[in-house]
Amino acid sequence: MAPRFEARIRIRSDADIVAARRQGRALAEQMGFSSTDVTVIATAISEVARNIVQYAREGEVVVSATREDGRDGLTIVARDQGPGIADVVKAMQPGYSTANSLGLGLPGARRLMDDFEISSRVGEGTTVTMTKWQR
Amino acid sequence: MSSKPKPLPQPPPESTAALLRELVAHLRENRIQLREEWVRRITESKLLTAMTREEIFAEATSVYDNYVEVLETGSVEALQTYARNLSERIIPRGVETHEVVGIVLLLRDVLARSLFRKYQGDFELLNRVLDAYEPAANRIANTVAVSFVEERERTIRLQQEAIRELSTPVLQVRERMLILPIIGVLDSQRARQLTEQLLRGIRANRAKVVVIDITGVPSVDSTAANHLVQTVEASRLMGARVIVTGLSSEVAQTLVTIGVELGKINAVGDLQSGMEEAERLLGYRVILEESAA
Amino acid sequence: MRVPILKQGEYLIASIQSALTDQELSQLKDDLLDHAGRTRARGVVVDVTVLDVMDSFAARTLRSLAHMLDLLGAATVVVGIQPEVAFAMVQLGLTLEGVSTALDLEEGLAFLQAKAA
Ligand SMILES: Nc1ncnc2c1ncn2[C@@H]1O[C@H](COP(=O)(O)OP(=O)(O)OP(=O)(O)O)[C@@H](O)[C@H]1O
Ligand SMILES: [Mg+2]
Repeated sequence: MAPRFEARIRIRSDADIVAARRQGRALAEQMGFSSTDVTVIATAISEVARNIVQYAREGEVVVSATREDGRDGLTIVARDQGPGIADVVKAMQPGYSTANSLGLGLPGARRLMDDFEISSRVGEGTTVTMTKWQR
Repeated sequence: MSSKPKPLPQPPPESTAALLRELVAHLRENRIQLREEWVRRITESKLLTAMTREEIFAEATSVYDNYVEVLETGSVEALQTYARNLSERIIPRGVETHEVVGIVLLLRDVLARSLFRKYQGDFELLNRVLDAYEPAANRIANTVAVSFVEERERTIRLQQEAIRELSTPVLQVRERMLILPIIGVLDSQRARQLTEQLLRGIRANRAKVVVIDITGVPSVDSTAANHLVQTVEASRLMGARVIVTGLSSEVAQTLVTIGVELGKINAVGDLQSGMEEAERLLGYRVILEESAA
Repeated sequence: MRVPILKQGEYLIASIQSALTDQELSQLKDDLLDHAGRTRARGVVVDVTVLDVMDSFAARTLRSLAHMLDLLGAATVVVGIQPEVAFAMVQLGLTLEGVSTALDLEEGLAFLQAKAA
């Protein structure tokens, strides 16, 4: 189904991470998500947006309201044309990081959201799509 | 079969719209009488028995007008909103899905019969009118039914949540100390809800120590245990310490074997000793009343 | 925006006033280390009450701050993590291991005092 609302945030610096978070939070609040879910959504956005800044330098985050089978959901798409991920399965494992970081961003975002999908191609870029459904 | 030459050209594509316009005019003209008939049929069919005649009449009037409006504008939005509202009002009265679907189908029927009477002289025109009417009427019936079912599901969900909230109180037994007695299965949804409740309780009561008693949890598997660990960790992030009571040593042993990290859980035998431990952490001097042997 | 750092006795208090960018948070870490080194503070309270998100970067920064302050002889306590934030953090796998926590500023200072006693 076509999204009913959509906000697109260009991600080029760490200030844009804050902006993306804010947009996601605003939409989630407007859709009536619980305060916990609003925070959960903002946190997941923070992780994928930071990965863009950190690994791809630039990209975009799109937050949108979707409806499927009578359920409302908030979908986040984080997309970049950066270096891509060679081993996605590994990247999804907690503790795996090529940046000597905690390696919690991607697996954590998956735990925070209901639906999570990642597709990546070396040299072409990475797209993470995730949705939180209203309960 | 188009052997008979017609004086008029083939109906243009907007003829459906023209027919619907004519139909709408007819339904407006006969509003009072048709609505009467509909209400009579509703009562006869023993639908909406939980409502008084006046109530049925008032709702029927609104549904009728919304119905005609959908036929006129083709937009179901207003009807949808009305149907949601109606559902919200009548669900608590115990109105069932089949009744709501039933009354809309009755209306469809009442109107179709009236069209039948009006156009019975021109069979071909009647067919075209019904062809225009049917899909619109079915769409309306569908809209109302879906709105009702969705609203009903929402109500049930809310009720379940309310019951869950009630069944697990966060108790403040003394200043800055909370007890969370968990009774029943600790599945993901429940664990999530308990954690949210507990965390809010910690802030509201400025709690420093929490005793989670799981004596009433029938089986503590790895899922439940992992939830418990998360609850303990989240509480710590807010500055509260957690003591878990009612975890038998056998269960603890099994959990460790299957790889659950219990290291972060401060487990104490039973609720009584858990509370004593909590008081010690709060800096109270524990007076062992029952030790008077 | 730079986070103001207040000195109260032997303690430093950093009260975050609004959402921070990664850079601002790193700046706060540097500032606190700098202050703690110069003033020989015995404890540091980082008040995160207004933060509506604590993600992996923030957690990593706070952990490394606490670790470095420890090497300087100062204890760190993070105060004011909100219920929703705590919930999201554990789901993400962030537990701030090695960092002390307290409900609010008052509790945080009490914690540091108890520790010093
Ligand atoms: N958009 C991206 N483009 C290229 N590589 C990426 C991207 N996102 C993640 N990765 C790769 O996947 C790894 C895991 O990402 P994840 O976010 O889980 O951990 P991290 O960023 O290394 O650490 P943390 O998020 O905990 O600070 C990264 O180290 C990086 O190699
Ligand atoms: Mg990351």
